[in-house]
Amino acid sequence: MVDVTPADAVPPAEVGEVELYHPHSWWTKYVFSQDAKVIAVQYSATATAIGLVALVLSWLMRLQLGFPGTFDFITPEAYYQFITMHGMIMVIYLLTALFLGGFGNYLIPLMVGARDMVFPYVNMLSYWIYLLAVLVLVSSFFAPGGPTGAGWTLYPPQAIMSGTPGGQDWGIILMLSSLILFIVGFTMGGLNYVVTVLQGRTRGMTLMRLPLTVWGIFTATVMALLAFPALFVACVMMLLDRVLGTSFFMPAIVEMGEQLQHNGGSPILFQHLFWFFGHPEVYIVALPAFGIVSDLISTHARKNIFGYRMMVWAIIAIGALSFVVWAHHMYVSGMNPYFGFFFATTTLIIAVPTAIKVYNWVLTLWRGDIHLTIPMLFALAFIVTFVNGGLTGLFLGNVVVDVPLSDTMFVVAHFHMVMGVAPILVIFGAIYHWYPKVTGRMLDETLGRFHFWVTFVGAYLIFFPMHYLGLMGVPRRYAELTDMTIMTESARHLNSFISIMAFIVGFAQMVFLFNLIWSIRHGREAGGNPWRATTLEWQTPQTPPAHGNFGKELPIVYRWAYDYSVPGAKEDCIPQNVPGDFAPSREPA
Amino acid sequence: MAVVLVLVLIVVGSVLFHLLSPWWWTPIASNWDYIDNTIIISFWITGIVFAAVVLFMAYCVFRFRHREGNRAAYEPENKRLESWLMIVTAFGVTALLVPGLFVWSRFVTVPGDATAIEVVAQQWQWSFRLPGKDGKLGTSDTRDVTADNPLGVAPKDPNGQDDVLVQAADLHLPVGKPVKVLLRSIDVLHDFYIPEFRAKMDMIPGSVTYFWFTPTRTGTFQVLCAELCGQGHPLMHGVVVVDTEQDYLAWLGQQQTFAQLSAPQQSGSAKQPPGKIMASNLGVAANSKLSRSAQ
Repeated sequence: MVDVTPADAVPPAEVGEVELYHPHSWWTKYVFSQDAKVIAVQYSATATAIGLVALVLSWLMRLQLGFPGTFDFITPEAYYQFITMHGMIMVIYLLTALFLGGFGNYLIPLMVGARDMVFPYVNMLSYWIYLLAVLVLVSSFFAPGGPTGAGWTLYPPQAIMSGTPGGQDWGIILMLSSLILFIVGFTMGGLNYVVTVLQGRTRGMTLMRLPLTVWGIFTATVMALLAFPALFVACVMMLLDRVLGTSFFMPAIVEMGEQLQHNGGSPILFQHLFWFFGHPEVYIVALPAFGIVSDLISTHARKNIFGYRMMVWAIIAIGALSFVVWAHHMYVSGMNPYFGFFFATTTLIIAVPTAIKVYNWVLTLWRGDIHLTIPMLFALAFIVTFVNGGLTGLFLGNVVVDVPLSDTMFVVAHFHMVMGVAPILVIFGAIYHWYPKVTGRMLDETLGRFHFWVTFVGAYLIFFPMHYLGLMGVPRRYAELTDMTIMTESARHLNSFISIMAFIVGFAQMVFLFNLIWSIRHGREAGGNPWRATTLEWQTPQTPPAHGNFGKELPIVYRWAYDYSVPGAKEDCIPQNVPGDFAPSREPA
Repeated sequence: MAVVLVLVLIVVGSVLFHLLSPWWWTPIASNWDYIDNTIIISFWITGIVFAAVVLFMAYCVFRFRHREGNRAAYEPENKRLESWLMIVTAFGVTALLVPGLFVWSRFVTVPGDATAIEVVAQQWQWSFRLPGKDGKLGTSDTRDVTADNPLGVAPKDPNGQDDVLVQAADLHLPVGKPVKVLLRSIDVLHDFYIPEFRAKMDMIPGSVTYFWFTPTRTGTFQVLCAELCGQGHPLMHGVVVVDTEQDYLAWLGQQQTFAQLSAPQQSGSAKQPPGKIMASNLGVAANSKLSRSAQ
């Protein structure tokens, strides 16, 4: 414990004062800004905007599934385009960009006590390349043939063949180009986040005093820097196959009675590359959520996070293990079946550090002083949905159980619960928590509670019953479920119910958006530290923090991020930059 | 406080839904009830964990909610408790993994007496090939696919001449006999999936994949494609009929061999029932529509 809470020692992590580029005009202040906080807002706004497109796409596909045959414009081609764009946007352009580009940019410099990211100019470039990637992606909606309908996994050969929407048109080319751009942009940002955490910390901010939010984002960024290159080469190779006619992923193929010119390529090689990226990607989204939710629970339960060191090591263990589990997405892909033994074992092992995180969140609530604020409500909802989705992961990770369930609605329900709903609930909680710091005003409480209840209960009602459709054998990625003998009449009704819930939950997000915009001017004034939190971002001289974050002097850190309700202290929170020893805050007996 | 009630309701509701709802797996028709049993074990273990965690959380929120004058306890860590929880979790995970891997080893070990049959997928229909009197399937290659040889059976291979071809029609299998299903595709990824058999496996152009099962009851079962294969994917149904030995032999007697089908007077796919031809033509039509919209 001693290295967690020494209140006196200030290790000499000397940080030289950096020359910041100060804006000279409106353009360099708000548009081409090098301030990480402005870049964070730009990232978040762009991600939210493209996320709204993905939300509408999910409505369209639920219209088709819930009320088949009613909407003529949703042809199978269109349906596959909707699911592909929905999946890719949500995973990459919304979740990854929002957690790392949005929360990472805003919180890392503030939480580690830095004036800005270490490479502000590259940081700015990162955003503009991300924006370009988004625009290229959006342009595919207007390209001849429309966007690609290959599924977000883009499996070749079908992804670049004419039987798939966009396969022989512009769709797949634009998708691959956009991903390549995204990875280039992300790498610029990612290097920044990693170097800032390692080199930009203020005096006294040792690694084991970092808030878990920073640990989560930092580890996720390191993982992303290692995982995205696999996707990058896969995209480049597929682009070559499609444009120049190479055969990286293309074996000999007869399409509609005609021999194609390809020969000798391996479709399964693409799957290995894709999932070598794709599985860590799940944790690239999950780890920042883990970190953030730890801080939300601790702050709003007025109690230190339980087992901080174990939480840090669990994050690192999950990050490392997630690189040796990728082929659990490929149990029925036709790879050598003996791989199944290895990947099932590694996959189930990862459940242990993950379970420890869950226990520690719940044990943080134990004997806490739980304020049921909106961020706390979202954190509780996160635990429910994450536990639910994590446990169904034990079905799908256990190789033989995956055989009947793979490629069914069970999988759809599982990954939406665990990496859709759960991280997004954390994002909402985080926005209610940090919005006062970003804008200086609180979000509206009544609208917030309405948003919470509809989103949480609605999302659970969408995805919990969906598992049972998968158990029946209903396959995923079916544009129509007609003529299917296993689909009973009651299962069709269940599908309609799920669709209706999806529209309701989607509507609640409009209320949230309204709240975001309305509260900028009309929200209650927040003050500098409305939640009475310990971490450095709440200790800035101005709210919202000015460029450079901390005024003349950088803060000096004397303690870990979780000195809540320290026995003997007057207040129930001691900020990290407050010196002085409170004897009992050391190792409790 | 509403949140406490909702948390309890989520647990109770989920358990009741699991027990009472009409949505459950289809009656099994293969030897893979082992898999069903592993799923049941998984439901028990994960169900108990889910209920325990959420109910405990509900209790915490109820018991330790903020009231005037409350103050949280200060307990940074508790090594004993953390170690115990880790051990219990590792035990639970092992209880899931061991039976899972045990059943998986059965799944990947094909019994010696299994009859090899072949399923060939293409956008968007199923064809089948059964070994002839010699009990062997001839070799095949996508490069050998022509209008007269749609499955790409090697024309020179003597083992292939007596293979029985079932092109775009129903497959029949005898009940109680283990089959090793060899899976092939001539265009994109597909996946041969029959919910009642529990098993499925992708087919990859350029490779031959496989799985095995024993049909345990007679009946007619629908084949679904379970790997996205283009816009005809949801229409790519097929039929497998599990027969008694007698019915199976009667059906087999009516089928034609590769040699018969590739004899010059019987060119083309005259044996295809009209409905199936329509299904594949539908794909072609959809394709030409796509390329038109591209121009």
